[in-house]
Amino acid sequence: MDRRKFFRTSLGATVASAAALAAPAARARPNLEPAPEAVGMLYDATLCVGCKACVAKCKEVNGMPPVPMGQDTYADFALDLSEHTLNVIKIFSEGKGATKDALTDGFAFEKRSCMHCVDPGCVSVCPVKALTRHPRTGIVSYDKDACIGCRTCMTGCPYNVPQYDYNNAFGEIHKCEMCNQKGVERIDKGLMTGCAEACPTGATLFGSRTALLEEAKRRQALRPGEVYAYPMGDVRKPDSYHEKAAPQYQPKVWGEKEAGGTNVLHLSAISYDKLGMPPLGERSFASISEGVQNTLYSYLALPAIALGGLTWLVKRNTAGEQEGESK
Amino acid sequence: MSHHYQALDDRKILTPFFLLMVAIAAFGTIFLIMRFVAGMGAVSNLSGGYPWGIWVVYDIIVGTAFACGGYALAITVYLFNKGKYHPLVRPALLTSLLGYGFAAFGAFVDMGRYWNAYNMFLPWQMNTNAVMLEVGLCVAAYVLVLAIEFSPAVLDWLRKQTGWQIKAEAWRAKLDKVLFFFIALGILLPTMHQSSLGSFMIAMGYKIHPLWQTMELTPLLAVLSAFTMGFAIVIFEGSMVTNGFKRHPETHLFSGLGKIIRGLIAAFLIIRFAYLIFAGKLGAMFAFDLGSLMFWIETALFVYPLVVMSSEEKRGNGKHLLYAAVSLLLAGALYRFDAYLITYNPGPGYSYFPAFPEMIMTVATIATEIAVFLFVVKKFPVLPREVHAAA
Repeated sequence: MDRRKFFRTSLGATVASAAALAAPAARARPNLEPAPEAVGMLYDATLCVGCKACVAKCKEVNGMPPVPMGQDTYADFALDLSEHTLNVIKIFSEGKGATKDALTDGFAFEKRSCMHCVDPGCVSVCPVKALTRHPRTGIVSYDKDACIGCRTCMTGCPYNVPQYDYNNAFGEIHKCEMCNQKGVERIDKGLMTGCAEACPTGATLFGSRTALLEEAKRRQALRPGEVYAYPMGDVRKPDSYHEKAAPQYQPKVWGEKEAGGTNVLHLSAISYDKLGMPPLGERSFASISEGVQNTLYSYLALPAIALGGLTWLVKRNTAGEQEGESK
Repeated sequence: MSHHYQALDDRKILTPFFLLMVAIAAFGTIFLIMRFVAGMGAVSNLSGGYPWGIWVVYDIIVGTAFACGGYALAITVYLFNKGKYHPLVRPALLTSLLGYGFAAFGAFVDMGRYWNAYNMFLPWQMNTNAVMLEVGLCVAAYVLVLAIEFSPAVLDWLRKQTGWQIKAEAWRAKLDKVLFFFIALGILLPTMHQSSLGSFMIAMGYKIHPLWQTMELTPLLAVLSAFTMGFAIVIFEGSMVTNGFKRHPETHLFSGLGKIIRGLIAAFLIIRFAYLIFAGKLGAMFAFDLGSLMFWIETALFVYPLVVMSSEEKRGNGKHLLYAAVSLLLAGALYRFDAYLITYNPGPGYSYFPAFPEMIMTVATIATEIAVFLFVVKKFPVLPREVHAAA
């Protein structure tokens, strides 16, 4: 063993790993921008009365039969998202749980369904493009014929939205596709999502992301107690209005910027973490992950160079020997 | 060359221990059938918040790191040209082949829509941004490379079978001409997917505990620790084989590996601590919660082998070396378990502890690997030939 050769190789390895370290920072991409005609929803927790009409309508539109709780209770009280439930109303309650939208002794409703992220983690981590973001509408859809069932999308979703059906030997991923999947296509037909259509108070409002964000900001600008005509249905052409005194909204619209933003926006009077929203900054995890992957594997350039170097070294070190036996 | 290796063909295959391993494997097969008939829910506690349980985290993420012996030795022998370690190569390649082969099998069992698996190999379906694509393709390729790297052992065996001698030697000659390329691939591929097995953490974001979430540095820490585990498993298996088969110890070889291990552990610890301190995570280290407790247990398991390998005297002692190797294997395994399961937190409402059948299936996989290993080393020339004088 030649000592100098050893040091030369070690030096090369050190330089290579230092370069690999420095490179990701240089190549990281920014968050994706919203799709040009992004459609979404605005859920205002302060308007929600917890009637769950949206949950029932969702199951009807998506062809998912209700799951009775038992023999005595022929009703579907979905507690969380699952292979049977793409949309659910959850309740926050503290102390006596008496006052709506209050923290102490209060309660609040929260709607959970796919947030249709602007920079979706599930799309970024899916190895086989089973999850895709529509280039125009930004709707995140699922293709069960592409899906291999690795469930990385479930680990990569900050909201734990995609649900795999573990109780089926041929299970698939279930998630809200904004009522626009093949065979439903409500958005393409000019309709709105089932949940927004069913909502009796306008708590779930349908529309373009831009218009919904404007509506959310208008609400935040209201003086608490001021009566406001809340639109119902589609924010761009409301069916009717619901007059109600404005609450003291939280200063941020959830989904404007969180992890790159979402097409489904939320408003609330109590802090979002109480409603089960995850701790997210503005940078999407997908953008960081893709920065690393694309730095290391872009056109397989680095692996090809490394393979060339390795092949040369191994060939030299095993020259004239059998079974790669070194000198 | 075959004179370096010998099959332990004078030993009985059907020992009580071997039969126990086969029995465990058979027990696991019952649950394996249930998984394919009734779905994963019938045999596991996987959920919406914990889509990855021990099948992914042990069988794939920890299991392939345990299977890095072939990788670590290939670098030492062929890159740093340390030929004296050559006798360790074949047993290391065999365990790597078994570890990776069963990891691929485990991935298939865990795949919820396995009949679509071929989509990973269709260029128009590939999402090159996805870490899982890199892992899937790279592990598949590496299993093939390992099979090729191990094939000289099979050809050496074939050569001794009547009527096959000429053919086996001709194949062997052809193989020897191209083997250097597969050895090079066998160094490149694990570097790629072992780092990727850490990169999964990046996209998981806040679900990974702050003490394990090291963002851009995660792939580097993963590959460094996989590397230390590769060397540790070579020492561990060497000791097992020495004791189990009452063979001459290979301490003089392992002691040298110890020096390499020392450098790698030091690099891992320095990079990890530097990142955590610069990222302002000192508070999390001393939070005295589950996360900080697991972090310090892990750190202690990394520091102990560092201390052993730094002492010339302890490094030359077979017992100390074995303890250090075990500590290092536990450290690397715990690093992965902590990140992906123990401190993994998808948010309120979800918890995970493996179901009994889930654990049995993992144990059965390990038992199968051990049984196959024992069978192969008694049938094929894999273990180093006994050397009685100092080598």
